[in-house]
Amino acid sequence: MTLATSRRGFLKGIAATGLVVGLGPNGAWAAGNSDGIVVNPFVTIAPDGTVTAILKHFEMGQGTTTGLATLIAEELDADWDQVAIEFAPANTQLYVNTLFGIQGTGGSTAMANSWEQYRKAGAAARGMLVKAAAREWGVPEGEIAVTKGVVTHGTNTATFGDLVGLAAPEDVPAEPVLKSHDQFALIGRDKLPRKDSAAKTTGKAIFAMDVMPEGVVYAVLLRAPKFGGRLTSFDASAAEGMPGVVAVKETPVGVAVFADNTWNAIQARDAVTAEWDFSAAETRSTEAMEADYAAALDEDGLVARNDGDAAAALEGAAKTIEAEFHFPFLAHSPMEPMNCVVQINGGKVQIWDGSQFQTVTQGAVGAVTGVGPENTAIETVFAGGSFGRRANFSADYEVEAAFAAMALGSGQPVKLVWTREDDIRGGYYRPMVTHRIRAGVDAEGKPAGWHSSLANKSIFTGTPLEQMAVHDGIDHFSVEGVADTAYALPNLKVDLRSMESAVPVLWWRSVGHSHSGYAMEVAMDMLAEAAGRDPVEFRRELLAGKPRHLGVLNLLAEASGWGAPVPEGWGRGIAIHESFNTVVGEVAEVSVRDGKVKLERIVAAVDVGTPINPDVIRAQVEGAIGYGLSHVMRQKITFTDGEVDQSNFPDYPPLRINDMPKIEVHIVPSTEAPTGIGEPGLPPAGPALANAIYQAMGKRVMRLPMEDDGIVFA
Amino acid sequence: MAIALTLNGEATEIDASPDMPLLWAIRDVQRLTGTKFGCGIASCGACTVHVNGEAVRSCQTYLGDVEGASVTTIEGLAGPVAEAVQGAWKDLDVVQCGYCQSGQIMQAIGLLTENPRPSDADIDDVMSGNVCRCATYVRIRAAIHEAAKRMEA
Repeated sequence: MTLATSRRGFLKGIAATGLVVGLGPNGAWAAGNSDGIVVNPFVTIAPDGTVTAILKHFEMGQGTTTGLATLIAEELDADWDQVAIEFAPANTQLYVNTLFGIQGTGGSTAMANSWEQYRKAGAAARGMLVKAAAREWGVPEGEIAVTKGVVTHGTNTATFGDLVGLAAPEDVPAEPVLKSHDQFALIGRDKLPRKDSAAKTTGKAIFAMDVMPEGVVYAVLLRAPKFGGRLTSFDASAAEGMPGVVAVKETPVGVAVFADNTWNAIQARDAVTAEWDFSAAETRSTEAMEADYAAALDEDGLVARNDGDAAAALEGAAKTIEAEFHFPFLAHSPMEPMNCVVQINGGKVQIWDGSQFQTVTQGAVGAVTGVGPENTAIETVFAGGSFGRRANFSADYEVEAAFAAMALGSGQPVKLVWTREDDIRGGYYRPMVTHRIRAGVDAEGKPAGWHSSLANKSIFTGTPLEQMAVHDGIDHFSVEGVADTAYALPNLKVDLRSMESAVPVLWWRSVGHSHSGYAMEVAMDMLAEAAGRDPVEFRRELLAGKPRHLGVLNLLAEASGWGAPVPEGWGRGIAIHESFNTVVGEVAEVSVRDGKVKLERIVAAVDVGTPINPDVIRAQVEGAIGYGLSHVMRQKITFTDGEVDQSNFPDYPPLRINDMPKIEVHIVPSTEAPTGIGEPGLPPAGPALANAIYQAMGKRVMRLPMEDDGIVFA
Repeated sequence: MAIALTLNGEATEIDASPDMPLLWAIRDVQRLTGTKFGCGIASCGACTVHVNGEAVRSCQTYLGDVEGASVTTIEGLAGPVAEAVQGAWKDLDVVQCGYCQSGQIMQAIGLLTENPRPSDADIDDVMSGNVCRCATYVRIRAAIHEAAKRMEA
């Protein structure tokens, strides 16, 4: 039989709002309607059968909406087409990232920390539907089947919508049994469509930039032209009479210009003049900074790792190599410049934001406005990229918007927009790094010793996570990928000099690995050459006992045709690097004509544990390679007398479609817990390209971007 | 002063300065938010719309320039080329963050309208003005070829 529609109404109020399942504030599984016992669940089922996955992680393109929805749909046995998505409100207790301790997204942790939690939420909802059907039909629960959103027993059939009202009073299974890998219908399916594709191909997806509530006032901010500069005076007389200008106000973070649309605000800002105190500002040029780094590297650093005796081993080595790598500051430059909307009204704050660290933003905005985090609500919307930029412990742009709203004082929503120039000159860069490596092999061609010396600015010092990341003066993230290398290197020494500057720095897609992967893998290639060994064979030996690395290396060698001859004028290079518990290897092939380099192809192999959505994994590796190549080939942030030299895409050139190589991504089969994939595809791309260029041209590229080291791209 | 034009097929008067970039008139005045602000200097293509059927950068097109013209944004797309492009985009899951994709799609429709069977070199020529920081370029290329196939069918 099919359940009659009228049966759904027997629990008043439930049928209207649907079944919701989630983890209650006390940590126990609980059910209720969304206005009642349990709010902020992970999954709701509406009377029309729509399953809504409530997402604790934001979507910056990395595919979490699809991944989290997959985990719920899998264990619920829902039909993929009946699953909708919704971003969770800011509520740290309910939506904590279990690997961070705050509500927030980053470090390629979204799937890793949700893997059991979201599957359990789906399984619990399924259990309730099955119980309700068993009771209604008078049959044992174990005999009921659920397939693609339909619950059946013999001739009895019900949809999820039919069962919602009946299921609501059921106890939620405390420890629902999860499927084994061989039972997965959605997890691992090769082509499960993204949940955000339709909205993003029709212009309907809403980003913070698109949020314009009733009464909105648009604002831009005039900031100090040098980091650490302070406003001493300003003159807004020319701006105040301009079209649409609402007000010009001083704030603790600069001069806020308010207008009736974004354009008028930008125009009026150009007419504001200001005086600044640069006594605490960064006033050096890049050349001076590099000289300071070089001087620091000539002195001893703090020792991050010291196995054996690297100095003695290098002294006795049969052959040694030396390399000094230079990495510039980098802006993240997501396509959507920073912006958000903040409204302060009646002791409460409402924020609309592509929010990456909800807990941090609630805390920071709650503090500066004085309303407290409990009165600071965040509506999370789609984020137009981030690459780390939106995950900021100072919640910089949200706090700016809050200061602007306070300065205006009208209670209206204030939409603070950064222009692209604000973005590229606005700091929170990937730090500038110099990395010197001396390494050697013995007479048998085996590594004898390795000494890495780094100069780098700490990302974590001065943040609430300093205690977690910085030990004995060493920020782990300054030396990650080196001090914790997977290679079995005897006599390994890694030391660090933490540099000071008023230039604010931040994690940038793959954090420390964005530079350490390059230095390690180019130097490893140099060492393999010194040993007279094949680069794959050399690495394979140093990764013995690391089955995931070997699995990736072997799959990569086979898929890329390693060892087969390349056409005349071509070069092939390899790199492999572990980051965020994921191992990625890449082989790059370049052609060189008239001295110009063209990157033809990259073949990648990845081990991400259980692949949840193979197509999203491929997309993330393609994207991480492209994002990484932008900086490897052309991008840098430099300074002249403390002012940023770059301003927009023409002088901070992103990779474009004509630069993009063909990319193949191969995934190592695995039933281990899933790891991350947003970042790990990036680190091997640069060194694989550099090693291919060496094979084609005989030049080792040690200064990034490569165009600064004499490489001309076709 | 109001500027008269046809916007997504409808006669529209926009009450703003003729010096205002079309981008901001579309977004902040008309509240059509599918067209995006990316760079403001015609260097990224996120703001691409069609003016009399031709793909242009709305951040460097002024409201006064489009008086009497027909302007189409992503919200107003219709016809077989748009259908083929948007369908291919969706089926190949081109998007990641999605912020540049309205502009990519508007540019790709412009390309396929002029040249229904573009080569890889044609795609490079016409699409290299559109930046995607997520680097979805592999799929953008594939989706354009796929759309071309669908247009033939």
